[in-house]
Amino acid sequence: MPKITFIDHTGEARTVEGETGATVMETAIRHGVPGIDAECGGACACATCHVYVDDAWLAATGTPSSMEEDMLDFAFDVRPNSRLSCQIRVTAEVDGLVVSTPERQA
Amino acid sequence: MLDMSKTAPGADDAITTDALIIGAGPVGLFTVFELGLLDIRAHLIDILPKVGGQCAELYPEKPIYDIPGFPIVTGQGLVDNLMQQIEPFHPTFHLGEMVEGVETLGTPEAPLFKVTTDAGKTFMAKTVLIAAGGGSFQPKKPPIPGIDDYDGSSVFYAVRRMEDFRDRSILIVGGGDSALDWTLNLQPIAKRVTLMHRRDEFRAAPHSVEQMRALVAEGKMDLVLGQVTGLKGEGGNLAGAVCRANDNSTFEVACDRMLPFFGLTMKLGPIADWGLNLAENLIPVDTEKFETSMPGIFAVGDINTYPGKLKLILSGFHEGALAAQKVHRYVYPEKKLLFQYTTSSSSLQKKLGVNA
Ligand SMILES: Cc1cc2nc3c(=O)[nH]c(=O)nc-3n(C[C@H](O)[C@H](O)[C@H](O)COP(=O)(O)OP(=O)(O)OC[C@H]3O[C@@H](n4cnc5c(N)ncnc54)[C@H](O)[C@@H]3O)c2cc1C
Ligand code: FES
Repeated sequence: MPKITFIDHTGEARTVEGETGATVMETAIRHGVPGIDAECGGACACATCHVYVDDAWLAATGTPSSMEEDMLDFAFDVRPNSRLSCQIRVTAEVDGLVVSTPERQA
Repeated sequence: MLDMSKTAPGADDAITTDALIIGAGPVGLFTVFELGLLDIRAHLIDILPKVGGQCAELYPEKPIYDIPGFPIVTGQGLVDNLMQQIEPFHPTFHLGEMVEGVETLGTPEAPLFKVTTDAGKTFMAKTVLIAAGGGSFQPKKPPIPGIDDYDGSSVFYAVRRMEDFRDRSILIVGGGDSALDWTLNLQPIAKRVTLMHRRDEFRAAPHSVEQMRALVAEGKMDLVLGQVTGLKGEGGNLAGAVCRANDNSTFEVACDRMLPFFGLTMKLGPIADWGLNLAENLIPVDTEKFETSMPGIFAVGDINTYPGKLKLILSGFHEGALAAQKVHRYVYPEKKLLFQYTTSSSSLQKKLGVNA
């Protein structure tokens, strides 16, 4: 199963196994990874699952859809590598993915 | 009928009602229907300027697949259908108002509550049904260090009085309809308006975006791409915003008013002050009547909790139906409640205004 590493705002890293087909947000919630609120449960309607994708993984995770871009407007400290983790699918291609979580989601 | 103005001194202009529903989300709306079938009229209050709660505010366009009998319906579609369904019962809506206070005046056997809103309205209600969902919708506050020091003096999340912004240097942050609408409304009276957004694309209505771009082209306002990272000023008086451009460079925007528009989030709000038992920001209820620790106050939908609770719309509908039965006992203590089907009961059909 693909491994995903979440680095929180203090720099602490947690690596967990994601299920293929699930989202990165679901993987975080299932493993109790802190720093992701996901208030809307993955409907791309809350922007509280905001993460920064490690530069090495930008190509593998792709670019946000226009709906995701619109929702990113509601996130804070948005950077070029910002994504909503409920919109990133766990696949074999992203095995080893590293994302960081912001200090605050909302 | 009880003369409410006598039982509650000083509440002469109070609106009296048998049932007051706090929250006009899907559950509050359907509760109107269940109460209506039992001849109980309701008033509803919601802080949002529109009905529908989360369905209308957070996901109007998105499909819902688990409403019984509707293989697929959008959030707004469900709300529109509910409005049509409760039409025969003529509910009275008080929108754009937040319920601040709920005070107990009656007894457990004959409850009576005084309910007040931030718009200064007072209600005298025999029963109160809290259908407040995740709490009241409130503007998201950006986590900019020190921003709270300016809250209400220089930083505002809504415009209550346009005059307060006359001749000010206003920084408006955001890219949706609120940000664009206030940019266009305040630009004529402001000293200068600067609109800041993180990207050069806007979610707002295309014609407002066009109008804004035209004003920028005429040199009548500024559009800046970037994000606010810090604030400058003293004693609650804003002097400027420290911003980061998309190329990571830092710049400053001089301003004495800031209006951030980052959408809404749900906060429990004043419910915590009504003397109800709470469990992790939810209101515990029984599963027979969905009544709270205070007789006469009910809680239905996402705001309540009980063993096995699921935060689903369909659960809220069921809760409203059962709560209505107990509300009936408070409102009509002498009347016996008959169980009837809408399909076959001519009395229910009469209430619904359909042919028997
Ligand atoms: C993106 C998303 C997708 C969802 N998908 C589904 C789905 O597929 N199926 C499903 O069953 N559920 C779904 N849900 C959950 C569903 O929307 C909620 O269960 C439902 O909205 C709860 O209804 P409610 O009436 O209890 O509360 P809400 O819809 O939360 O409405 C409560 C209202 O009360 C108001 N209010 C609160 N406090 C006050 C106060 N003090 N004064 C005045 N007004 C107040 C609020 O402003 C709000 O409008 C989804 C939720 C989200 C966010
Ligand atoms: S969980 Fe709400 S946008 Fe991702």
